[in-house]
Amino acid sequence: MTVTSQTSGEATSGPGAILGFLDRIRVASEYLVIPLIALVATAVLFSLFLLVLGKSPVDFFDLLWRGGFGTAFSWQNTLVRASPLILTALCVAIPAQLGLVIIGGEGALVLGGFIAAIVALPFIGWAPFWLTMPVMVVGAVVAGALWIGAVGALRHYRGINETISSLLMYYIAVAIMNFFVEGPFKDLSNPNKPSTAYIGDGNRVGKIGDTEVHWGLVAGIVLAIALWILMNRTTFGFAARITGGNVRAAKAQGLAVGRLMVIACMIAGASAGLAGYFEVAAIQGKANASLAAGYGFTGILVAFLARQNAIAIVPVAILLGGIAAAGGLIQRRMGLPDATVNVLTGLMFVVLLVSETLYGRIPLFKQRGS
Amino acid sequence: MSETTPLPAVGIETVGMTKVFGSLRALEDVSVKVRPGSFHALLGENGAGKSTLVKCIMGFYQPTRGSLIVDGSEQVVRNPRDAMRLKLGMVYQHFTLVPSLTAAENLVISRPDCPNVIDWANEIAGIGAFFDKMPFKVPLRVPVSSLSAGEKQKLEILKQLYLDRRFLILDEPTSVLTPDEADEILGMLKGMTAAGELTILMITHKFREVNAYCDEVSVLRRGRFVGGGHVAETSTQSMAHMMIGDTKLRERSARLKAGDDKTVLELAALYAVDDEGLPAIESIDLKVHAGEIVGIAGVSGNGQSELVEVLSGQRELEDGRIFIRGQPFEPTRQHMDRFKVFGLPEEPLKNATAPRLSVAENMALRSFDKPPISKNGWWLSPGPMRDIARDLIERYRVKTPSPDTPIENLSGGNVQRAVLARELSGEVEVLIVANPCFGLDFASVAEIRSQIIEQRNAGAAVLLVSEDLDEILELADRVAVMSEGRITYVSPIGDTNRATIGHAMAGGH
Repeated sequence: MTVTSQTSGEATSGPGAILGFLDRIRVASEYLVIPLIALVATAVLFSLFLLVLGKSPVDFFDLLWRGGFGTAFSWQNTLVRASPLILTALCVAIPAQLGLVIIGGEGALVLGGFIAAIVALPFIGWAPFWLTMPVMVVGAVVAGALWIGAVGALRHYRGINETISSLLMYYIAVAIMNFFVEGPFKDLSNPNKPSTAYIGDGNRVGKIGDTEVHWGLVAGIVLAIALWILMNRTTFGFAARITGGNVRAAKAQGLAVGRLMVIACMIAGASAGLAGYFEVAAIQGKANASLAAGYGFTGILVAFLARQNAIAIVPVAILLGGIAAAGGLIQRRMGLPDATVNVLTGLMFVVLLVSETLYGRIPLFKQRGS
Repeated sequence: MSETTPLPAVGIETVGMTKVFGSLRALEDVSVKVRPGSFHALLGENGAGKSTLVKCIMGFYQPTRGSLIVDGSEQVVRNPRDAMRLKLGMVYQHFTLVPSLTAAENLVISRPDCPNVIDWANEIAGIGAFFDKMPFKVPLRVPVSSLSAGEKQKLEILKQLYLDRRFLILDEPTSVLTPDEADEILGMLKGMTAAGELTILMITHKFREVNAYCDEVSVLRRGRFVGGGHVAETSTQSMAHMMIGDTKLRERSARLKAGDDKTVLELAALYAVDDEGLPAIESIDLKVHAGEIVGIAGVSGNGQSELVEVLSGQRELEDGRIFIRGQPFEPTRQHMDRFKVFGLPEEPLKNATAPRLSVAENMALRSFDKPPISKNGWWLSPGPMRDIARDLIERYRVKTPSPDTPIENLSGGNVQRAVLARELSGEVEVLIVANPCFGLDFASVAEIRSQIIEQRNAGAAVLLVSEDLDEILELADRVAVMSEGRITYVSPIGDTNRATIGHAMAGGH
């Protein structure tokens, strides 16, 4: 009986409502504090690594700050790198709500970028931006959706592990692009690096204002919010979360689990495919091996750090974008190899996975009465 | 007498045994005396502290306070190895044998002094000599996986005796056995205790077994010892009263005359395979009428769970048809809504809920895509969802800190009550129930059973699959027995009895 009075008190009376609200914040802050602990632990471990190399951790983190977030220029560099990370992280986070671990978003990015570049070919030189752009976007999105959608279909209808198949399909995607870029679609005017033809200045995606940041960042943030709403405020998202929470219960409720999985994977692939479009239309101007720059893989880290929450992906992507942006500066100033920041992100991923075990173990965040 | 006669049976006594986990007092000042050579029953609801007590005795837990006396002298059992040395043994609810090895191999490898090089001829001769002294035997040279449940249980007990354990704790030993097998094994154990070979402390829920085989009984409630004594001098009613205390039980619904008697659910030649692709249910034909409960009895693993999975859409139906009111039924969401098919599965946390989602969300599993939670079929309104949950929580007395609590934080009985609220709060035409009371306490069991009867009285066709024969005898109007994936026996409940059903469960036709 104390139970009912507690719940009704929380809903009606003023002080009770505030206390209940504060209590909810206390419980919810677990999802903020534990990732922060993981980040601090990563910094400590990485400092030890630097000390072993005979370098100063203080210099390193100072340069990391300056290279990633210290100046307007570094911020722009960071945001440019963050925008594909948002989109590729969504490619991990959406299937994760259904309990699927998709790590092959890079494949959808590569294929999406490649398809965007070749569907643009007939339009180069004469068509206006507003005609070419939708064609390129649709090409990229459909290619990505089919690519990761196939992973979901293989998982549901043939029982093939989605993690392995998505990773293997990444290699296939790169092979497909390389085959065409070095063969039928090779731009002969550029003999040094096999690429598709330049899409033309008129078809490039512009920068936001005077900055170096392109509109892909805005697209990423809008899509992150839209997908958060889809997963949390629609019946589709609810059915998807039931499936992720317990597939047996979802089946017993007559939900079409297979269809939900395939659709979620298609949304995921579309998102990564869109990242490919922006890499081509805003950065490279053509499709070539540079598309496989690792954004799809860093996106896995972003999604896990954001606990598969679509909105939390945005700040985390900016953080990791900053680390990547600072890589060059750190390499030049500290004489450290290029891979140093990769060590940092790899270490962060491992510590993060370990920190998963902390959830529910810290008494401070425990729900009362449970 | 026990101190003077050199009988092999070992007696124990707990003195003021207390075990505290954090803020939970799992066991408080429990003193139980088990005489050597007695057959002692340990009764109590789930969470009463039975398993905590035996784990303290066996050295899995260290008691916070209190002591253990074995054969008259105080002993400290720091770990299960210490318990072994004191000749204390335990048979778990679930088998701990290695299925791919033979009985003889299982016995030999379980020995703490098992040699690195085993002289099998010698060992088997030794086991043969040991078996000659035992009242029951099992085939020694076939893999354990091909033994029946009763033989496996016998082997578990033989293993303890082979290891010279003379005080045995049996944790619900008959839950996987047919009534005949249970009677056989308990009867033999009774003989061994009477001869002073062995002492038994048996955790059980079945009063029938207590009355038929046990000498003494101890009852725990909420971690405390609340009574006991000689079984012969204690009535079943008083044992039940000690177990549940003064908790008011929901009155059991009176059984009304069945409704329109029309066939509602019809299963026609159902065929499905198990996870390995082997036939699990073969040619199941069964009709359930309106206002009728058909109970499916059977030893676990004879296709019952696969049948429930087929009916609830968790398993593919390979062949056969399901009809509801003469129309073909497929376990899709549309059909479940149209034909008003609901389900209470066993282990609801595993089968009927998404454990990390909130109570409110779990209660909306049936209704989230319909008004008022979703007016247009795709947009979700959290407000109505919480309102509905609040109403159901109150009506079905679900104990939860709030509707937003993850359902996995609730106790088993409250999870089942939440599922009950979701499935039974509307109009029900067909109800598929599987072991609904598995692992629940007394009060919850009574409440859930009366809810099932209420649905029957309201005209629902109820298919009740249960491994608890007493549950079927209490609830069902007709009983069907499943054996090796087929229905081998069907009878109105009034025309049959426990022995006949037990015979059918054991595979007799």
